[in-house]
This record gives sequence, C-alpha cells and structure tokens, in this order.
Amino acid sequence: MSEATAGVADLDWRSRLAALPPGALALRIAVAVVVGFVAVWVSYKAYGDPRQFVIVGLNGLTLAGLYFVVASGFTLIFGLMRVVNMAHGSLYMLAGFFALELQTKLTGGEATSAFGSSEAGLGDWIIPLVVACLAVGVIGLVMQQVFLRWNQGQDLRQALITIAISIIIADQTLAHFGGIAESLAAPDSFPESVHLPFSDLTYPFFRIFVLLVAIALGLCLWAMIQRTRFGMIVRAGVDDRQMVSALGINIQLVFAAAFFLGATLAGLGGVLGGTMISVDKANDTQYLLISLIVVIIGGMGSLAGAAIGALALGLVDSFGDVYLPAGYTNYSILLIFGLLVLVLAVRPLGLFGRPA
Amino acid sequence: MNRSALTPERALWWGPALVLTLILVIAPLLFSDFYLSQVLTKALWLGIAAASLIFLAAYVGMVSLGQVALYGIAGFTMANLVEADGGSPIAWNPWLATLVGILAAVGAGLFFGAIASRSYGIYFLMITLAIAVLTYYFFGQVTQFSGFGGVNSVERPAIVSNPVTDPVNLFYIALLTSAAVYAFVRYLARTPFGLALQGVRDDPSRMRALGYNVPLLRMLAFGLGALIAAFAGIISVWWNTRISPGSIDLTRTIDVLVIAVIGGLFRLEGAWVGAFAFAALDNWTRGLDVVGQRFNTVIGVIFLVIVLLSPGGLMGIWQSITDFLGRRLAGKPPARPSAGARASDSPQPS
Repeated sequence: MSEATAGVADLDWRSRLAALPPGALALRIAVAVVVGFVAVWVSYKAYGDPRQFVIVGLNGLTLAGLYFVVASGFTLIFGLMRVVNMAHGSLYMLAGFFALELQTKLTGGEATSAFGSSEAGLGDWIIPLVVACLAVGVIGLVMQQVFLRWNQGQDLRQALITIAISIIIADQTLAHFGGIAESLAAPDSFPESVHLPFSDLTYPFFRIFVLLVAIALGLCLWAMIQRTRFGMIVRAGVDDRQMVSALGINIQLVFAAAFFLGATLAGLGGVLGGTMISVDKANDTQYLLISLIVVIIGGMGSLAGAAIGALALGLVDSFGDVYLPAGYTNYSILLIFGLLVLVLAVRPLGLFGRPA
Repeated sequence: MNRSALTPERALWWGPALVLTLILVIAPLLFSDFYLSQVLTKALWLGIAAASLIFLAAYVGMVSLGQVALYGIAGFTMANLVEADGGSPIAWNPWLATLVGILAAVGAGLFFGAIASRSYGIYFLMITLAIAVLTYYFFGQVTQFSGFGGVNSVERPAIVSNPVTDPVNLFYIALLTSAAVYAFVRYLARTPFGLALQGVRDDPSRMRALGYNVPLLRMLAFGLGALIAAFAGIISVWWNTRISPGSIDLTRTIDVLVIAVIGGLFRLEGAWVGAFAFAALDNWTRGLDVVGQRFNTVIGVIFLVIVLLSPGGLMGIWQSITDFLGRRLAGKPPARPSAGARASDSPQPS
C-alpha cells in the first residue's frame, strides 16, 4: 500500500485516493466510518454532561502527559540505536520504588498517603525524584555498556537481553520491596487542587503539574534534537550510524548518553506516575505495554509520534472507562486494541514511522 | 551429503533422540506419578507452546510473543463453554467446547496475523507483545468470561481423568499431541506452502517479485502457529483444571520465549528440550532454600547467559558437540562448518 502511494505522492488527495487498490480504499472508508462514529458518540455524551466531559478530558490529557514522559525515553533509545528496551517498564517501576523508599526514610514514614494532607516538604519529594532518576539512569547505562554495546545491530538478541534483565528486576523488586501498592506523597507546598477557569470545577493540581512537565520536556527534547550539537549527532546517527562514526564522532559516547537519558526519562515517569497514581509491582508490565502502544501508534523513533501516540492512548484510556454504555465499561481494553488495529491497518509503521 | 547414509554425525544425532523417545513412551513405568505430571506432562504442553513460537521463528522468520495469548484464547473459550466455576453458565460437551476453543484461537490468530503481518522483525515482536498483554488485561477485566479469579474446576472429557490422581492418560495425550505437532511441522516444511514460507523468511521482497502474496502467507502462518498454540492451551487447562489471567500474563509469555531460546530458537526439537529443562529446573529449585522463592531470578540469569553465550540454545550446543565428535570419529578435520541435509530443514539465522 505504501508502495502504491509513494509513486503518486505529488498528486492531490483525490487522485491519490482513486489510485488506491479497492481493498485499501474499503479499509480507509471503514476506518473513516469508525472514527466518525466515535466522534458522534463522544459529542453526544459530552452534550449530555459537559462537566463530566471536562474532567474526563483532563484525566486523559494528564495521563497522556505521563505516557509521553515514559514513551519519549523508549522512542529515543530505539530511534538512535534500534534497541527495543523491553526493560523500560522495569526501570519505570524501579524508580518508583527507589523514590518511595527514600521518601519514607526522609520523612520517617509519615508521608506515604497520596490523597489527603501531605506531610512531605518540597525536598522530601525533589530529592527522591533526582536520586531515583539518576539511579535508574545509571542502571540503564550499565545495562547498555555491559550487555548491549557489543551486540550492536542484532536487534532480536538485544531485545532478548533486555527481557532477561526485566525478569531479574521484576523478581528482585518483589523480593526487596514486597508487593504492596503505595503512592509517593506530593510536596506540601503544592496546592491540592486548582479551580478551573470559567466553571466551579476543581481539579487535582499534581495531575496538571505532570501535564506541564510533559509539555516542557517535549519542548526541551525537541529543542535539544533540533538545535544542539548533540541533537544533530543523534539525528545523523538515526539516518546513518556508520557515516557519523566515519566523520570522527565518538558514536559510542553518544549512544551511552542517549541510553542514560532514555533510562532517566523512564525514571522521571516512574516518580511522577508514582505520585500521581501509585507505585506497584505490576507497573513494569503496564508501562512496557504503554510504551509499546505509544510508539507503535506514533511510529518508532519519532518524538512527535510519541506525543500523538500518548495523546491518543491517554484519551482513549480515560474516555473508554466512562463513555462506554453502562455494563460494558470493563470492555474498555478493547478500545485500546481497536486503536492499535485502526492505526496499523492504515499505517503499518505507525503515524510518523519511517522505514528503517 | 547423501541423505540415507549413516554417518557418525547422524548416529550421534539419532541415537540419543531414539533413546529419549523410548524413555518418554515408557515413562509412566519409570517415573513417579508426581514427576510424570509435574515435570514431564508440563514440559510436553509447554513444549507445544514453544513449538508454535519456534515454528514461526524458524520457518517464517516471525518471532512472536503472542503465542501465550492465543493459547489463552483457546483455553478460556473452552473453559467458558463447559461446566465450571466462574465464566459463562454454558455447559457444553467438553469435546465440542475443545473444538470451538481451537477454532476461536485460529480465528484470533488469523485476525492478529492480518494486523501484524505487514510488520517485520522487531516491529512484529513488539506488536505481538502488545496484543499479548492486551489479551491478558481483557480477560482480567471482563468478568463475564473470567475476571482475575479465572475459571476454576473446568470439566474435562472423561478420558483425561483426574490429572493429579491419575496422570497417565493426560501424559499420553500430551505426548501424542507433541509427536503429531512435530511430525506436522516437519511435513509442512517440505510442502510447497512450507517452502514458500521459508522463502518469505529469507527474502520477502524477492518472494513478492515472484508473485507471492507475502502478507497473506505470513497471516496464514500465524494462523497455523495459533493452531499449535491452541493445543497447548487446551492441554494446559486440562492439566491445571483451571485457567486465569495469571496463566497468560507477561511472565508466562516470557517463560515460553525463555523455553524456546534455552532449547534453541531455530530448532523445532528445541521446544521440548527447553521445556523439559525449564520444568525440571522449576521442580528442582522449589526444594532449595536459597533459590526456592527466587526461581524467576535463576531463570532470568540462565536466559541471559544463554542469549549472550549460545544463541543456538541447548540444541545449538548439542549440535556443536555432535559435529565435533562426528568429525573426529570420521577422521575428518574438525574445522569445517557443518552443512548438509539438516541445514535445509532447520535453518540458522543468518
């Protein structure tokens, strides 16, 4: 299908549509019908209860922010090194447990309730955040240097190695931290909730904060990749690794830095998610799945794709739980599956994906 | 190399295989009921699950992590259709439910295959993994079919008997199914369809140029993989007498991958070799104080070592040993890399 459209890319959309084989055309029509139906249904529900729409929409956006933070690290590592880091969810989970442990030590175990009044000072949240991110970044770096570096280019083998590491991390986490789900306490200097403008609605402040962090992070990463020397090397490395090293650039150093950064982003996600939702031993599966879906939808290695993918997943996740007909809300997982099917049916490489 | 000649290498290969097969056939006489059920029968159905993965990886070049989800679909469908605690209230004949379960898994396999078959290599792995985890969450959430408690006390056909007090029947069912799956895949590899699949594995663009519908072939192969996985799913439900989302979670998905890699991802026999190693190790470490609770760490480390040091797995190690010994016995220099009849039906990754 992509071959069919590639040759006629210069034509306008009408002729491009006509040039499609009948099967692909029917597929596109089916996709359009599904998307149209979803849009009508959401508008109908939103008209019925606009306040619910705002809250659920914000839930979706803030979830999308968290998903973007996690998936941006995953897609960064893949884009540059073609490594699918199956331990990404494990790094997310580890950061949450590290931060929780440290916060409990700092506050003497007084501040572990997420909802209600928080006893943690700003430092009791910031210090665990920084330490957990760095610790997880270093674990990622060691993983890359010890196990992945000398298997460059063997993507299946590298994926298997990271799977093995994720098994070990999951089991050791269970052994050391136990299986009880807990939340990190947000700093007490943060307000608990904010009033939304033009309404009498309130919304948890920390979730808005996560969304703002995600937007800032997205802009920083974009600026770094587009404007700095490091970003230029990364972009060149994505296109042609050998040429970059032939130009005298130490690509191994760039790889190490990118892996450290990617793992740190998993850690940042883990601490933000651990404060916003909870720290749980099931986080590794959950956030591996989220990273996978976000980059499958958005296209591997693309930052914009990760943003779009995170947005789509966050909104589907949040609206699916509420907007399905009563009695069927537990089928919401099928909507995520449907999202995956829709995107892959039209674009097998994801929305922003390019062939390797 | 002449196919029928009995070279020392062939003798070293077929001798142990025959002895092992013989041991399996008379296993109920040799082993205790506990060992027969907990290690051998378990290894046989885990082996069938791993064989569905190895079939796809070795013959079609599709390393799938969706096989456990597919066996879960077969198992859950069957468990919901017969009399059981939890799940739907339908109570069909167990054989009919088994058939419908297998068909459901094949249907799901064809559908998943249609979604994923245009993606290759690591993308394919990721998409199948995403599908697998979504399937796990689906059965966890949808209480009409399962919920996290799962479906318990699943009714079985009379011939399966009680797998704890009378494990012999289920052992032979698993053994015969394993043999049938093995023979089927080896036969399939020689048919025009099987050769086309191997062509797709080696060079999809050339196959497309030759006029083959590559996505369709890959989709059909995935459906066949689902059929094999479905057998494993049905036997696992009979063996456990229950199925829950925990039976198809990420750990279990990875277990089957670990089994395939330990056995040898590109040798069909490796499925059962790896499964036996896995089940025996599981059984053995349970008795040890130090590692009893930390079985997954042990498995993770073994998996890591195998992936790092011997990508061919146990079968790869055995192959090197037989090649070396065979050449010694035949008086040839040991340096030449192995080639010949075996290489054509059991490819190594290039």
